[in-house]
Amino acid sequence: MELHLHPTAERPPLVATKPHGPTSSAHPAGLPQSNARPSGLFEAIQRGARFQAAIHASIARETPIIEVEHFNLWYGGAQALHDVSMICPAGKVTALIGPSGCGKSTLLRCVNRMNDLIDSVRVEGRMRLAGQDIYERSLDVIELRKRIGMVFQKPNPFPMSILENVVYPLRIDGERDKQVLEEVGESSLRSAGLWEEVKDRLGASALELSGGQQQRLCIARAIAADPEVLLLDEPCSALDPIATGRIEELIHEFKGDYSILIVTHNMQQASRVSDFTAFMYLGRLVEFGATDEIFLQPELKETEDYVTGRFG
Amino acid sequence: MSAIELESTPSASTTRRERRRRQRPVRGPVSVFAQGTPLVWLTAGGLVLGLCMVLGLLALIIVQGGSTFWQGEQALVRLHDGTRLIGEQTRSEDFFPEAHAFEALAPERRAAAEEFVRAQGGRSNRRLLRTGNYELTGEHFRWISDFEVASEERPEWALLVERLSWGRFYGTPQSFRIDGQVVAREPARIWELFQEHHREVDARRSLRRGLETNETGAINARVEEQRLRLREHELDHGQDSPEWRAENERFQAGESRAQEEYARIRSEIQRLDRENARFELELVTADGVSKLLPLAEIVRLVAPNRLGFSGRLGLYLSRWREFLLDDPRESNSEGGVYPAIFGTVTMTLLMTLVVVPIGVLAALYLREYARAGWIVSCVRIAINNLAGVPSIVFGVFGLGFFCYFVGGSLDALFFRAKLPSPTFGTGGVLWAALTLALLTLPVVIVATEEALSAVPNSMREGSYACGASKWQTIRRIVLPRAMPGITTGMILAMARGAGEVAPLMLVGAVKLAPALPIDGNFPFLHPERSFMHLGFHIYDLGFQSQNSEAAKPMVYTTTLLLIVLIVVLNLAAIALRARLHKRFKGTHI
Repeated sequence: MELHLHPTAERPPLVATKPHGPTSSAHPAGLPQSNARPSGLFEAIQRGARFQAAIHASIARETPIIEVEHFNLWYGGAQALHDVSMICPAGKVTALIGPSGCGKSTLLRCVNRMNDLIDSVRVEGRMRLAGQDIYERSLDVIELRKRIGMVFQKPNPFPMSILENVVYPLRIDGERDKQVLEEVGESSLRSAGLWEEVKDRLGASALELSGGQQQRLCIARAIAADPEVLLLDEPCSALDPIATGRIEELIHEFKGDYSILIVTHNMQQASRVSDFTAFMYLGRLVEFGATDEIFLQPELKETEDYVTGRFG
Repeated sequence: MSAIELESTPSASTTRRERRRRQRPVRGPVSVFAQGTPLVWLTAGGLVLGLCMVLGLLALIIVQGGSTFWQGEQALVRLHDGTRLIGEQTRSEDFFPEAHAFEALAPERRAAAEEFVRAQGGRSNRRLLRTGNYELTGEHFRWISDFEVASEERPEWALLVERLSWGRFYGTPQSFRIDGQVVAREPARIWELFQEHHREVDARRSLRRGLETNETGAINARVEEQRLRLREHELDHGQDSPEWRAENERFQAGESRAQEEYARIRSEIQRLDRENARFELELVTADGVSKLLPLAEIVRLVAPNRLGFSGRLGLYLSRWREFLLDDPRESNSEGGVYPAIFGTVTMTLLMTLVVVPIGVLAALYLREYARAGWIVSCVRIAINNLAGVPSIVFGVFGLGFFCYFVGGSLDALFFRAKLPSPTFGTGGVLWAALTLALLTLPVVIVATEEALSAVPNSMREGSYACGASKWQTIRRIVLPRAMPGITTGMILAMARGAGEVAPLMLVGAVKLAPALPIDGNFPFLHPERSFMHLGFHIYDLGFQSQNSEAAKPMVYTTTLLLIVLIVVLNLAAIALRARLHKRFKGTHI
């Protein structure tokens, strides 16, 4: 991505800005052909009014696997998500980006109802997975979670052997056939790119693996039960660049097989792996569109400021 | 302003800084308290003090307890008034004899004795001599002051006899008799003969004892069972009813069968006794009184002055073996503590079987399922306070609730035939285990709760995200991960429970139990039986013993044994925990 200083862009700041986060190529001067408009986000927040997110037209052509409609969430008395409405296109990778505390992890955890584990959480609005209302009263949460695989920020392998870790979702479903478990274990580990490294020590404790290997093990575990959706909550933030690169490769390979929703605070990663990007800020969805558009032709000024590294 | 510029030209601010530095007063030496050295000494001193106390206690118990079985030398003491004593020295002390101490002496000795004591600065040393021969002299020990002693020697053949009753006997060998005939008069030959025959006599004696306790006991149990069945029929159907009559016939038949077996056993016992009664040892005391001891009465014969170091060592180890594996004699002041060890272990195991599941389940509920609120906080406070309740209170509760209420109800429901003699309505191994389980419950709950909260939440979340239910997560992830902590809690509870004595005095520990709680008769574990306990044994030895001087060293030895038992339990805990820790190596603990 080549960026040039454009005379019609805003004046660059007088003080050399320190790069925000791991960005390096973002140019402080804004993007070429920038027709980003101010969104009026802060005024809306101050007035307490609803804020209308800018959804790009490219979204409308996609088949959604997850639909979020006017979704609100409170932690006790504090509201964390304000009227979020978006979709996750099926078979594609959607990234949620935004500064810390903007609610992207909260939104992610709502998809498989992990926020139910927190006592003080209250939810309003609708969320659908493949057309089925997730927050319906009669829904079996366990069944829902079996259709979704989740990978967390810090690798969390169980204190069991490597194979047992991978086939854990099958075991709790009641599968006991050794043949089936070994087959599924092998295929999951192959898909996660870990098979070659662990195939002769499947019985060893998973805790002996390195950080990157543990995270790939968690990915293998997440896909073992063949989920419809993969939720990745900053999967590479605790890993070194080489391990990060391997996991990004995996995400590329998974496109088409799984629908992936990934939360990342690393914008470069979002631009590398995702097809669609949603920018969130202060608990609200600000802009949502195809990744190229978000990064090169954002509609809103706040989005442009964020992706160019002005704040974050 | 570039960096190079700043350094070469002294600007106004630099000079100001220098001036300020010069004007600042030079600080004196930093105060000692600020440096913190006294704190290091203070904290180290506290630790050393605590360590000294613990080590001092251990050293006292090890030295006193370990030396009990070491055989000293035996002395023949001749007093000025002509008395002769054979015995071994146990204690000695210095004292200042009062005037009345000399009045007991004969008039011609009085002056010499007073002169003797005055030469030592008014101080005299007296020794406690274990003289035994209780049935002849009426005392086990005797004090001898140094001014009483005329002469002292160590005769080679001064013998010590440990026997089944009446305590120890001290004397010199006179003769060895078989079938009433004197076979040897020389001490060396007597010794040889004794060694030759004693082993078989001993074997016959333990065979006889087996017949007496085990076989007779089995027959007794059978007869008793039949009698209870008969009584039940009587209660259910009334006396002289047809059912009762039928049962009565069965009972009579059983009884006559039992009588036959009794007769058989009796004749066998008599035969063994007759065989054993053939061999006798005649000893003479220092005073010249002769005593005939059947070999069957003698547990061990020792010639202390003939023993070398290896002999003493062998004797020491043999006495330890007897201590650990044999039954007690002489109201617990001699013999072994095997039933007490057995009872302690049985009760502790029962207690653990009860307390660990209940404690773990309670902690699981408190930590995993209960919603945080004031009720849960109250329960937690109550559990923590339960740990501070005096243990005797648990004993009273155990007696009132378990023994009288629950036990009484059980008796009324299932053991009517045995009433008014209580089965479960009195103290026993089961009620003692339950009482102690209640006492150690807080320990297990607190340790388990801590272990559960140490399981990282990320692991739980990972399990939930895979679609596991709460119970699956607990069973497969949380509990295994918390196992080291739970095991620690279990061992702490075991160690605590094994040492508590006060509640046991009320709910089932006895001085001498007629039988072990586990034996060969169905149902093998008899939870209603009373049992012996090491801690209670120590109390009994120390305070309820008739022969307190002889019991005192046994107190130390039993205390040493109890401490070793608890140390072994704790070491097992540490080893188990280390092994489990290795399994979870690598997790963010």
